[in-house]
Amino acid sequence: MNSLWPITLASLAKDIRLEWRSKDALNSMLFFSLLVVVIFSFSFDPTAEESREIAGGLVWVAFLFSAIVALNQTWARELRNQVLDAYRVSPAPANALFLSKALGNFILVTLLEAVMAPLFMVFYNLRVVGAAWELIPVCVLGTWALVASGTFFAAMSIRTRMREVMLPLILFPLSIPAIQSMVEATRIILSGDGNPRFWIVLLLTYDVVFTTACLALFETVLQAE
Amino acid sequence: MIETPTIVSVNNVIKQFGRFAALRGVSAEFAAGRFHVILGDNGAGKTTLLRALAGLAHPTRGEVSVMGKSPHEACRDIGYMAHPSLLYDEMSGIENLKYFARLYGISGDERCKHAIRSVGLDPALARPVGQYSQGMRQRMSLARAVLHDPRILFLDEPFSNVDVHSAQEMVGLLRGMRDAGKTIFVVTHQATLLEGVADEFIWLRAGQIVDRTSSSVQSGAGVPQR
Repeated sequence: MNSLWPITLASLAKDIRLEWRSKDALNSMLFFSLLVVVIFSFSFDPTAEESREIAGGLVWVAFLFSAIVALNQTWARELRNQVLDAYRVSPAPANALFLSKALGNFILVTLLEAVMAPLFMVFYNLRVVGAAWELIPVCVLGTWALVASGTFFAAMSIRTRMREVMLPLILFPLSIPAIQSMVEATRIILSGDGNPRFWIVLLLTYDVVFTTACLALFETVLQAE
Repeated sequence: MIETPTIVSVNNVIKQFGRFAALRGVSAEFAAGRFHVILGDNGAGKTTLLRALAGLAHPTRGEVSVMGKSPHEACRDIGYMAHPSLLYDEMSGIENLKYFARLYGISGDERCKHAIRSVGLDPALARPVGQYSQGMRQRMSLARAVLHDPRILFLDEPFSNVDVHSAQEMVGLLRGMRDAGKTIFVVTHQATLLEGVADEFIWLRAGQIVDRTSSSVQSGAGVPQR
């Protein structure tokens, strides 16, 4: 247990260094998100009132699909040259690897959100009617919900033949409570129509349950053949 | 003749992948401080046996014991080198080793530099591993495997795609490690390289050990042919 955080931080630093040098995930995520914004803006009038009503959903759909790119990339890196085996034969705790990957993905997706959120605001002519600060817990808890369960299921699917397809197939249905909470909370905050507290608490509950389950089961996933 | 203690033992190990049995009831004991070479045709089960010894493949039945413990419990005494490099291509050799050192609770650069020097490479080399020649990559991979000073080394095809000169240098390194007391297991198709260095040749066929030959028996007769 003493080695958990030092190894987590060492693995996180290594992942950030690798991503900084390759920019594989970051470039794909940014490009994908931009594409979603542009395509949706072609599909309907983004300035219409109804469009603003569904903007919360659009934002999270873009982030969710973009996060899939990062999640797949996270483990693909460990499969090249079978580097994951070097971790498996070491005494390092499995959960340190899980936490470092989840934190790395959290940083990437948060960066993406920071870049894309202003673009969404401009493209869809959005203004926050409710309490804007409430968007912070929604973003933090929502992003963690995506990356914690996503990192876990991405690890589960790395040894399958069609892993890029498998991940969304496993992740999306199980993320429905979290996605619904993010979308509803965002819509309420943007429109100022109601109180988002219920959805934020639901999101927090989802995070606690899934993070605990992922930590409890990750060693089994890592050592599986 | 001096009896050497058993350091690794396998007891009736069966490893199945679906309906295919890669190992079919392998039982053996391996002495400490010796150089064991595992030979056999493609698909004989050499890599699977090595992975089972290193704790990377879990036997379907039977058990593996390393120093009286499970391979997972003995992981600090195990160094593993696979056919792929087990290194990050985008990072330099020293960056790779510094990361792997942390996994074993080793901090500071000195051990990493020493490991790199011990395989005949320069720790100051800033090039990413992806730009190394195959021979350099194999050496760096060996440096990673010996970084934490393990007592047992499991090496899978360490000489593949390496020119004869580099391969002979690697054999020299391994001989030095065996002479320093380490137990070495090598899976290879290039057994002639290890003539006069290996202590024992183990032959696998269709997932079973079919022969074990001590090099003293074969002294002067070259590598036994099967």
